[in-house]
Amino acid sequence: MRIKYSFLLALFLLLIPFSALIFGQDGAAASGETESADSLALTLPAPVTNLKAINTPNDHGHSFTVTWDISADDGGGLKNVLFYRVMRSDNPDSSFKQRGENKLPRGASTYQDNGSKRKESDDFSADFTDFYYRIDAITIDSNVFSSSGIYGPVQSKGEWYNTGRTPVLVAVIIFLILTMIFVALAKKGADLYIRPLAGIEAVDDAIGRATEMGKPILYILGLGGADQIATIASFTILSRVAKQVAEYQTKLIVPCYDPIVMTVAQDIVKSSFMDAGRVDDYKEESVYFVTQSQFAYVAAVNGTMLRELPATNMYMGKFYAESLILAETGALAGSIQISGTDEIAQIPFFVVACDYTLIGEELYAASAYLGKEPILLGSLKGQDMAKAAIIVLMIIGVVTANIGGETLENFRELFKVIN
Amino acid sequence: MRKSSLMVLATVATLFIVSWIFKGIALEDIYESNYLQGFLLTFSAFLTLSIMSFLYKDNPFYKFSEHLFVGVSAAYAMVVGFWTTIVGNLVPRLSESLSNFFQIPYQEGTYNFFYYLPVIFGLMLLMRLSKKHGWMSRIPLAFIIGTTAGLNFIGYLRSDFTNQIAATFIPLLGAAGEWKGIGDFFSNLSLSAGGQLVMMLSNWVIFLGVFCGLIYFFFSREHTGLFGKASRVGIWILMITFGASFGYTVMGRISLLVGRITFLFKDWLGIIS
Repeated sequence: MRIKYSFLLALFLLLIPFSALIFGQDGAAASGETESADSLALTLPAPVTNLKAINTPNDHGHSFTVTWDISADDGGGLKNVLFYRVMRSDNPDSSFKQRGENKLPRGASTYQDNGSKRKESDDFSADFTDFYYRIDAITIDSNVFSSSGIYGPVQSKGEWYNTGRTPVLVAVIIFLILTMIFVALAKKGADLYIRPLAGIEAVDDAIGRATEMGKPILYILGLGGADQIATIASFTILSRVAKQVAEYQTKLIVPCYDPIVMTVAQDIVKSSFMDAGRVDDYKEESVYFVTQSQFAYVAAVNGTMLRELPATNMYMGKFYAESLILAETGALAGSIQISGTDEIAQIPFFVVACDYTLIGEELYAASAYLGKEPILLGSLKGQDMAKAAIIVLMIIGVVTANIGGETLENFRELFKVIN
Repeated sequence: MRKSSLMVLATVATLFIVSWIFKGIALEDIYESNYLQGFLLTFSAFLTLSIMSFLYKDNPFYKFSEHLFVGVSAAYAMVVGFWTTIVGNLVPRLSESLSNFFQIPYQEGTYNFFYYLPVIFGLMLLMRLSKKHGWMSRIPLAFIIGTTAGLNFIGYLRSDFTNQIAATFIPLLGAAGEWKGIGDFFSNLSLSAGGQLVMMLSNWVIFLGVFCGLIYFFFSREHTGLFGKASRVGIWILMITFGASFGYTVMGRISLLVGRITFLFKDWLGIIS
């Protein structure tokens, strides 16, 4: 009996490895991708191939774009590649360090290696310096990986011209040509028609009203900085208003939110007073800085409105949440109010609370209306031609969109701007 | 000062002191410095109500709050600007001795000549204070406006011009290749959001909206006849958009009001929990 049991035990022990082989294979076949983690890590995966690193185009430098063909064991073969690691060194033989904080997930075949341009940074990546790249295909055990061949040397550099922005350049050139043509026509005395805009025509009336009432004009440049297009347009309107104010000897109040805007506004108002031949009437304190806190500024301007009771309030520039508070207070004070902004979310508030509102581009056009100078009139006409061109492009685009396929893609490509 | 004004002032002062004492007692179990916290809370409520009193009319309480708000915010901005921009960013890159003076770590190896440009421009801006050399301030101003306007120009052209044009390239008969004749269209008529009818309608609204909106912004042509009608449609579309935007923003502002009301009734008066 004992021999029989010993024989059976020996047979059982012998069968265990075979059964593991047999059932292991079946199990693997049945579960597909559910191989145990340990078995994945045991074998070295195939390395990535076709590794390439190039200087990233159309940027300021300090960046490489690395591409490769994924490992044969990524999604196929042994299926044991879980991550990729991009390694870089300035020496092909040693000192390779991982780029980026995290490893790349399987399936990844490209990486943009952006270094810092600041020398003091740990991640500083010098331009015109040789670098070498290597990609590690890593299994679940980060110590078990296959390295690709080394690619390099490669150097990064910044470009002077961003080819991705060619559509913008073309648009600028077209617009410039149109503007120059119409400016030349205006200078030759061509009669360039401009349709009347109620909001702009009201400016002269509002200044006259203030003069008759002996009350000041409150001009608000908004919360935008001097770099905002709306603020720049507002400067032009302020110039015109200040000149008329100087001629009529009316009081002008310009509370400013931004110190730079205040400085520019002071210069503009002073120049306008000089143009009107009344530089002695210019008072620097009429253009003053309040604060750079949004609602503190509003509180101060509201107070001014109720204390000075201006005959006319003009809001021209960039406005945010304060638009309705200002316009409502101005309406309560009984002032005539003219507003203009390109901040779409704020236009509704001005529309409901002001007597006249310049909507979006009308603000930019206002300067041309008020100045009637050939350059401004020409640019206005040029803008209109650009709009006509947009309408034509829109129609072509809609037609191609209905056709679909490559025609649409090719047409869309013309307008694609890359950063 | 008139007698009535004095009475109002005395009443407000009394209420303030009463609130301060009551809040101080109420906060005894929460804060160690309960009377200080009580004062801060009462002062916050006083300032809130002072600003709200503007709804009645301009008054000394509003003026006090306004001047306090403006003064504190302007001073705070200046202090923050000095310590974060000049001391925090510039000094440690330029001078070791100045860094030691301000007791901040000097960033060795970061010296760059270009860091002197903002210093020079800043000093030139301050030249406005001098009548003789005031003209110098125009140079940095020209630089600031010219550079930033140029940089913004590219951004605007991309986001407001080329991208917007490309976004209007939409099929007016539903997705490309989807149109299979009028019979098929009516037999599969559906009001579902992804259906051909709804897609067509929304695409037509976009196309006509942009088209008529552009017509409205034509300044060098008289808005009469068909052109005028298209312009009229354009302004209608703009106004409908503004109406929707108005309603949406007003709802956001009401939440701000709710925040202040909650502060008054919950944190200050403790009426609501």
